[in-house]
Amino acid sequence: MRRLVWLAILLALLVAYPLAFSTPFQQRLGALVLLYAIAASAWNIIGGYAGQVSVGHVVFFGCGAYAAMGAYAHFALSPLVGIPAGIVVSVAIAAVVGVPTLRLSGHYFSMATIAVAELVRLIVTNTEYLGAAVGLSGPTVPRNVFDLSFISALPYYYLFLTVLAITLGITWWMANSRMGFYLRAIRDSERAARSLGAPASRTKLYAYMLSAALTSVAGALYAMMFGFIDPESGLGILISVKILIMAALGGAGLLFGPLVGAAILVPLEEISNNLLGGKGAGLTFVVYGAIIVLISRFQPGGILTLINRLWIKRTGKEVEAARGIAHAP
Amino acid sequence: MSTTLLQVIAGGLLLGAVYALFSSGLTLVWGMMNIVNFAHGDFVMLGMYVAYVVYTLFGAGPLLGAPLAILVLATLGVVVYFGLIRAIMKGPMLAQILGTFGLALLLRYSVFWWFGANFLSLPENLVGGTFDIWGLRIQASRLLAGTVALLVTLGLHLLLTRTSLGSKMLAVAEDSTAAQLMGIRPDTMQAIAWAIAAGATGLAGALIATFFYIVPTVGETLAIVAFVTVSLGGFGSVPGALVAGLLIGVIESLSGFLIGAVYKDMVVYALFLGFLWFRPQGLMGRL
Repeated sequence: MRRLVWLAILLALLVAYPLAFSTPFQQRLGALVLLYAIAASAWNIIGGYAGQVSVGHVVFFGCGAYAAMGAYAHFALSPLVGIPAGIVVSVAIAAVVGVPTLRLSGHYFSMATIAVAELVRLIVTNTEYLGAAVGLSGPTVPRNVFDLSFISALPYYYLFLTVLAITLGITWWMANSRMGFYLRAIRDSERAARSLGAPASRTKLYAYMLSAALTSVAGALYAMMFGFIDPESGLGILISVKILIMAALGGAGLLFGPLVGAAILVPLEEISNNLLGGKGAGLTFVVYGAIIVLISRFQPGGILTLINRLWIKRTGKEVEAARGIAHAP
Repeated sequence: MSTTLLQVIAGGLLLGAVYALFSSGLTLVWGMMNIVNFAHGDFVMLGMYVAYVVYTLFGAGPLLGAPLAILVLATLGVVVYFGLIRAIMKGPMLAQILGTFGLALLLRYSVFWWFGANFLSLPENLVGGTFDIWGLRIQASRLLAGTVALLVTLGLHLLLTRTSLGSKMLAVAEDSTAAQLMGIRPDTMQAIAWAIAAGATGLAGALIATFFYIVPTVGETLAIVAFVTVSLGGFGSVPGALVAGLLIGVIESLSGFLIGAVYKDMVVYALFLGFLWFRPQGLMGRL
């Protein structure tokens, strides 16, 4: 019951945010936080719950983004039409790439996903149909509301909030289902999980496909908001890195971890870019790098785990948000 | 075979020797500690920038740049081992991967911030001249880099297999508790391994800096080259890395020559995936 109250408070705060902070910069910032939270939550399914650290999730992000922009650029369709197409392609790629790649464990899996992402980026950069190095653009002037091209960030904010709620809902449902238990067992010890009869390969593949589908939605939303996609912004390895840092910083494998991570890192990046201009791009990633090193060195569980530990020390009870699914009754 | 083709193959072999050198560093750490250093490509990049700074400050070539790169990178290796690796080795998989990945970002973008994103290069005549060997024209810089890299890689192999230090390191790799009971300090040995690996990588960077473009993000591509070399040669094997490095160098040069320069990276990446997927034990290694 108390969890529901906390959830309602969180939701109310998120709904109220753009009304309380109503400058364009603040609304845009809020929308970006939610967008990255969607992507990081999607990554969390395979990277957090299943413990398979994919560094190539930008492939699915790019798939969604290119599908949305491609639907407009080639068929003059609403970018909305591109979303299902992007999902289908992403899931197909996840299935084809996942079967051989998910057999690899630990570091090997991560390296393979990097190679897949870089390979896809190189292929797209050399494919004329996908705009090559220049990229694809969306509608310059919206024809109707279905082009999802708004000047204000407010509509995007609520759109992203809805998608994030759905993403977290799916994650919660998955984590509490049989699949979630399998995934956590696999993360802790794949060999033990297998020997107890958990269908490890199949479960990991399903999680990978689900994660890919949701990541592709995030990519499509990104492309719609920016109205433009190119190999660097849609398939660059740094997007993967951002997604995974946000999840890891907040707390990988916790339901609200990615949202917390995004709420910390996105404002950090936006503000430093604003203050420092072009020079800031480099510095932001220096800070990102330092944060990851510190997190993995001192607090691999992420911030929510840290808060939880401190809270237990003081009160003897767990924090609702950090309780996540792992300890759900 | 035409002379051009031979020329391409010779160029590939010389570049491949440098690949072999920095991949040996990766494979050494991997074999000893089961840690993949995702920042490895950025260690090469740092070696290149050391060579560049040495040139801009003193006008000196690799004669000063190379030893300095070894020194700087070996120091960095030890610092990284004690500051980061020792702790994350015991941590969860996510921490192991993220730790060195974060290090990679930190190094890459610190350099980016300081030097900017521009492509830099050392003057071509720093290691001047072109040799004519059996009708093949070979740049002195590439010849120097390839030869030194080959010798140092062989030296690393001898160090590991023929000296008492090497035996101690292998003992730690085999079973660090047993090694400790024999009076070998795993900590010291692993720190030495990091120093050697990073030093060799820095040397490789300083060597290719004489003919390669220098840019903060060069480590991204080079890291994947190192990954493919190590997976081809077998994880943890220096001789494997040597053979695989030479092979990758030739494959890259040939595919660049035969199907076009933009595709040569694609060929290497596809090769890497192919090996990971279908033959993860490498060409000659064991897993």
